[in-house]
Parts: sequence; structure tokens; C-alpha cells
Amino acid sequence: MGMGRAAEAEDLLREAAPRVLAAVVRRFGDFSDSEDAVQEAMIAASTQWPTQGIPENPVGWLIHVASRRMTDRIRSETARRGREDLAGVDPAEAEPPSGNDDTLVLMFMCCHPALTPASAIALTLRAVAGLTTAEIANAFLVPEATMAQRISRAKRSVKASSEPFGMPAEEERPERLRSVLRVVYLIFNEGYLTSSGPDLARAELSAEAIRLARIVRLALPEDPEVAGLLALMLLTDSRRTARTKANGELVPLAEQDRALWDREAIDAGVALLAEALGRGAVGEYQLQAAIAAEHATAARAKDTDWREILGLYGLLERMTGNPMVALNRAIAAAMVDGPQAGLSLLEDLDERLDDHHRLHATRAHLLEMSGDSEGAIAEYRIAANRTNSLPEQHYLTTQAARLNERHC
Amino acid sequence: MKFMLLQAYGGVPEGVPPMSEWAPEEIEAHITYQKDLNAELRERGELVEAQALTTPELAKFVVSDGRTPVVTDGPFPESKELLAGYRMIDVESTERAIEIAAKGSAAPGPGSVPIEQSIEVREVMGPIEH
Repeated sequence: MGMGRAAEAEDLLREAAPRVLAAVVRRFGDFSDSEDAVQEAMIAASTQWPTQGIPENPVGWLIHVASRRMTDRIRSETARRGREDLAGVDPAEAEPPSGNDDTLVLMFMCCHPALTPASAIALTLRAVAGLTTAEIANAFLVPEATMAQRISRAKRSVKASSEPFGMPAEEERPERLRSVLRVVYLIFNEGYLTSSGPDLARAELSAEAIRLARIVRLALPEDPEVAGLLALMLLTDSRRTARTKANGELVPLAEQDRALWDREAIDAGVALLAEALGRGAVGEYQLQAAIAAEHATAARAKDTDWREILGLYGLLERMTGNPMVALNRAIAAAMVDGPQAGLSLLEDLDERLDDHHRLHATRAHLLEMSGDSEGAIAEYRIAANRTNSLPEQHYLTTQAARLNERHC
Repeated sequence: MKFMLLQAYGGVPEGVPPMSEWAPEEIEAHITYQKDLNAELRERGELVEAQALTTPELAKFVVSDGRTPVVTDGPFPESKELLAGYRMIDVESTERAIEIAAKGSAAPGPGSVPIEQSIEVREVMGPIEH
């Protein structure tokens, strides 16, 4: 019973943290001090709630306690400076939580244009997701002191930018929302692309990103790109267990055991996507989700509707101009019209992608499809030499080895 | 005592072919061996960090006189001397560091034969001892 209540209190606290922080920052302005005050309120709650019971309005309780800490702090600073009582803030006046909007404002602030992506990610995980600095440091494999410094530098940059805490001006909002979604997606990929074996801490990042997208969606339930991103992450994450072997090595999509895919996540992703597409403002996350959904709903690899995927990549390429998208379109073209069609699309990319390993990996794959083993081996080797991902390097080296063995 | 166990690209005896010419199962066995060794060190509380580095092809050398840095890209003629990866360990004795290095060196290659990778064992300097 006691355990159950403690767990319940912990869930509640995690859920409440960003809303409480947002409300306190809105009231008192100072991000760092507010965060300390909220932290103290959370500690008070986690010791009191399990024994004394969870208050009727937990968020209000936390805002009240944190605001009182802030007032105490302001009073003692004022006293120290020998000035008159300036604050006049009565903790009893704590505003009722305005909920989801506050959280969104907090996210806008954490994804401030003055911040680098790495700083925005750290600040978002700290302030909105409520992870401890140690947890974030662990997930990014850096010492805790380094991460603490990154977070406090980020807070200083936001403060120095002199932008008041609040909703950005109407005309800036779409751009800021794009930053928020990008940060969430970066967090997801950080977890998804690198989680294997001993790096399990990083897998948690994907779950955090999905949680963050759900928070954004609560505030903006009508936005199709928010839904599109959430759908994309659910559909991608549904393959988590199937995409690596027990030893952490990668399994390509076509060879994955589809029985291991998470059906519940796929259904949720497909439903979200259908709802988003129904709203009519198609964006890049929805298109990526639509491609992921095509893969996720094919019973077998050979049932994949590559013609549909080719069309979607065409739209996505026109929308983003991203050469990485062009690479994927070349693969889809090869699946529809044969390897030569894909290979000729790659020719235009040589210059734009310089010597990126993925260009070589894609060419290797298409050359193999066309029956040119020797050419494929050479390209797999170049790609393996140029990647900065160890699992990918192992995968590409193994592809070269497999062809080499058959070739000899 | 902290040690860096370093391995360079050229640290394998002549005659060991590059990995892309091994059989796929041999590659898998090698990788599993390395991962198992890391897992063992982690379990014993001896692993600080293990990292592989990108290939010499992606390496850059930087020299600066404080004004204009000169950046040299690969390929480098001496690329065999470049670092391929390292393990940082925290162990009770030099003997234990050597034991771990020996285990790393004996990772299997083609035909399950140990590749005899040369491992450079270097103690990390610490604070002044009183």
C-alpha cells in the first residue's frame, strides 16, 4: 500500500514538474532560482505525500510551496541588502495552474533560438522532462559536471537574450514550434540510433522524446505536425526490439522479424497519422510518418508498397530539398523500377553529399541488387571507412565480407 | 591505478587480412569477444571508458601559431600509427592491466585464431602522492 502510494506520488511529481516550473518562472522571472525552488518543493512532496497523502490539487500545492521558497529567498536577499521589503508576493495568491499553455511556453523557452541544439536538448530534458543532471549526463555519456555546466550556460544565454518569459509573438510561433519539434526529434534519434547493449540508458531518451511530444500535443491538439512527429516516433520506435541482435548489431529493415514489432505502437501511430493528414496541412513529419507507416503495415518485406513510398519521398524531397531524402528516394526508385533507376538518381548526389558514407552505402546496396558484387564490395568498404557509427561500421564491413566470401 | 590501453591501426601482424575479407561469422565472433570483454570489465568495476575512433581517412591534423590554424586532411602515409581505439581502466595493479591487455590482444580473427593485436599499456598520471 505504502509502496503503491510512493509510486503514485512519483508519477504525479514527474507529470507536474514542468507545469509547476513554468508557473513559477512566469511569476518570478528567474529561471535558475525558480528551478531550485521547484526542486525543493518536489523534495518536500516526495517526503510528505507518501505518508500524509497526496493533496487534492498536487500542482497547486507544488506551485504554492515553490513560490513560498522563492518569496523567502527574495526576502532574505532583500534583508541582506538592507532594503525595504520589495517583494510583497503573498504565496497564498499563487495563481491557479494554467496547465498546458505554461508547459508549452517552457518548451518554447528551452528551445530558444539563442541556444545550440545540444544546449536546447539538455535544457529541455532538465526543465520539461524533469530528468536530473546526472541522468542527462549519463544518457549523453559526459561527466555530470560537464552537463551541469552546459545547462547553466544555456540558462544564462536565455536570460541574456532579454526575451521575457512568455508566449513568443504570434508571428514567431510557427518557427519556435519547429525548433521545439526538432529538439524533440533529436532527443528521440539520440536514443533510437545509438541504444544497444550497454548503452541502454540512451534508449530512455526515445521514451522521453515521446513523452515530450505528448506534452506538446496536449497544448496543441490540433496541430498536424505535432501529431505527425508523435506518429513518426511511435512507428519508428515500434521496431526497437527487432532492429538489433542480442549482441547489439544492426538488423536491416527487410530482415527484421516483424512479429517483434510493437503492434500497439503501430496502431497508435497509424491512427494519429490518419487524424493529422485529415487536417490537410501536410508537413515533413507527417510525410516521414506516412513512409514509416507503409513499412510498419506491410505484413512481409516483399509486401511493402514501394510505389507509394517512392511518391512520398518525392513529396518530401520537394518540401525539404534534403539530399538524405534523395538517397532514400533512390532506394525506393530501385525497388520500383530496378537498381539502374536508383543508381542514376545517385549520380546527381555525388557533389551535394561530398563523400558522405551513406551515399556509398546506398550505392553499394544498389550495385549488389544489380549483381555487381565487386563494385558493391568496394562501395561497402568505402562506406565502412567513412561512417562515425560503430554498429553501422560493423554492419557495412560484414556486408562487404559476405559478398567477398560468396565472390571468392 | 588508471591505465589507457591503446590500439593502433597497424598493430596486427602481417598476413592478417582487413576485416572486410574475413568470413561474416568471424567478424561477429570478434565483435562479440570485444563486447564481452567490456562487459566483464564493467561488471568488475574496472571499466572507465571504451571507445573506437573513426578511421584515419577521416582524421585531421591541426597546427596553429596562434593566428592561422593549418588543418591537414588525410590520407596520411603514417596512418598505421594512428589510434584505432582505447580502453581506459581503473585497476588494482599493473599486473591486472597487463592481463586485460593480453585478453584484448588475443581477440579472435580469421579461423578463430587470435589476431595478436599489439596493445600499448600506459598508466595515466595522477595527483601528487603525499
